[in-house]
Amino acid sequence: MEQATNNEILKIEKLKKYFHIGKGKKGPIYVHAVDGITLNIKHGETLGLVGESGSGKSTIAYTVVGMYRPTSGQIMFKGKNIGIEASKRSLSSKKEIQIVFQDPGSSLNPRQTIEQILALPFRIHTQMPKRQFREKMVELLEKVELSPDYLYKSPPSIGGGEKQMVAIARAMAPNPSLIILDEPTSALDVSVQAKIINKLIDLQKEMNLTYLFITHDLSLMRNVANRISIMYLGKICEVAESVTFFEKPLHPYTQMLISSVPVITEEEENLKPQKVISIGEIPSPVNIPTGCSFHLRCPYKIPICSKVDPEMIEFSPGHIVRCHLFAKLETKKE
Amino acid sequence: MKTEENILLNIKDLHVWYRVYGGYLKVLNGVHLMVREGERVGLVGEAGCGKTTTMKSILQILPPGDFHIPRGQIFYKGQDVLKMNFKEIQSLRSREIAMIFQDPTTALNPVFTIGSQIGAVIKYSATFEESVHKEKIKTQSIKALKEVYLPDPERMCINYPFQLSGGMRQRVCIAMAISSPRNLLIADEPGTSLDVTIQDQIHRLLNELVEKRNTAIILITHSLGVAREMTDRIYVMYAGTIVETTTPEVLFKNPVHPYTKGLLASVPKISGGGIAKGIPGKLPSYLNPPSGCRFRLRCEQESPICLEEPPQLFEIEKDHLVACYLTQR
Repeated sequence: MEQATNNEILKIEKLKKYFHIGKGKKGPIYVHAVDGITLNIKHGETLGLVGESGSGKSTIAYTVVGMYRPTSGQIMFKGKNIGIEASKRSLSSKKEIQIVFQDPGSSLNPRQTIEQILALPFRIHTQMPKRQFREKMVELLEKVELSPDYLYKSPPSIGGGEKQMVAIARAMAPNPSLIILDEPTSALDVSVQAKIINKLIDLQKEMNLTYLFITHDLSLMRNVANRISIMYLGKICEVAESVTFFEKPLHPYTQMLISSVPVITEEEENLKPQKVISIGEIPSPVNIPTGCSFHLRCPYKIPICSKVDPEMIEFSPGHIVRCHLFAKLETKKE
Repeated sequence: MKTEENILLNIKDLHVWYRVYGGYLKVLNGVHLMVREGERVGLVGEAGCGKTTTMKSILQILPPGDFHIPRGQIFYKGQDVLKMNFKEIQSLRSREIAMIFQDPTTALNPVFTIGSQIGAVIKYSATFEESVHKEKIKTQSIKALKEVYLPDPERMCINYPFQLSGGMRQRVCIAMAISSPRNLLIADEPGTSLDVTIQDQIHRLLNELVEKRNTAIILITHSLGVAREMTDRIYVMYAGTIVETTTPEVLFKNPVHPYTKGLLASVPKISGGGIAKGIPGKLPSYLNPPSGCRFRLRCEQESPICLEEPPQLFEIEKDHLVACYLTQR
């Protein structure tokens, strides 16, 4: 474990983010968006963060970037605590972490040209004279396979895939080391998605980047991420290498997710775990169920699940699961 | 079932244009689609390829005044929908065909209760002879809500849409569609805006209802995986034309059209193995679509013949039709 800490680029420890939404009879009411998360990302890897909507994936992303201030917990980036809002961070740490948002239609200003959009990161993060911007911008556009004449276009006049490419170029501009991809392709078609994902993989190798890839598409994660972590109601359920993750899913929620993925070949059908019929919906993060947050939908629940919140257990090296079913196995082994 | 000639819906060579500033958007360019009784048909294609336009033209709910149908026929039970008068179309909408829309958040009216919205569907779908008492409407709407497994249907009736989650709202939309007997159900991406586990629930529910009632269904989707699991026959659509149609077994084993091949290769697989490079280019502009085959600008096997006429659907083997010159040589 100690060796691993050296090449960890980001370490999130017991991160909590509650949103205050009003007063109730028993005191203030909070949305428990992120509820005690511990995660670490190694240098140069892609960590996939998967979960249903409302599970707190995007909140993690925004907290890491500095758009939210964490309620409690630490975010260590290259050994420095950055668990404060962005205005109090140093410019150099802001430069290192960049984000690509889900919907390129609303993350790019429609009234600016691509040139204006791409110039902003250079203006903030470099002391370059304006003349040199253009060369750099053309270089950036070439990286994402767009021709230089895109500089004079505006976002509404180009296609969705191209817009997302511009957003990626913007994130690459200050030469970051960690990029957070918040569902970068879920608004796009599969043929365009394939193009963007391949570009992202190429750029990662070329620029030695680390990705935190947030998505709800498990089959995409299988092909992109080195490790996958599953989130449910603000908590991590399972973390594993992507290969073991699909071969041996442990948590009932993971099994439910994988067995609900629609697939296109017979071969994949055989890879799916035994069908776990999905029941119910994700509960409201305002009133989190007692005990394990998943017990209301779990087909294998045992009495303890509704009372005690399970601990994180390392089932096998690198495969962490948070479920009472495996806690029992663990004690039996010993 | 399939071999019998009990055709419910037959779309022949449908062209639909939208009137815009500077000309017409030639969206549909010869769509052929056939649905038999009790058949589950999937219509697959990328965003903006005309899937929803096709479905809207069946129900004649295209934006009034803005569209033009230069050619084509839509036969429903042998009658041409395009030649029907208003009354006939109304009865088609209220008694024969039901549609479930993509976004359950906007499909329901926020200022009416669930009960009154389902009640309205039941009231207007009743024929003249049938009596529609208030009590009967109420029991029928509760029955419909029970069938989609909504908890506590009596109370659900007095709830407003904003009190429900996305998955529950989509269930209400399905309950509205099945509350009176229909022969054809059009489901326009019913699970797209929902999470995978909820999507799975909605699809299982649809499948169950369709089987129980022997209703035909047209499932519009952009996910090939969903189409494979849900349908008996898949139509692949590209830029307003049907490019390939066959059963899912054949389509996923032996795709023929270059577009279908590219689309299938772009889908990420849970068995791993990376992602193919996708399809180069983008959908052509509908204002000035390319002559001949509309896919030729993105096709790697373009030949001079592709420039001339748009290729027609051609049966390469039994039940497998492809619109591509490569297969016809």
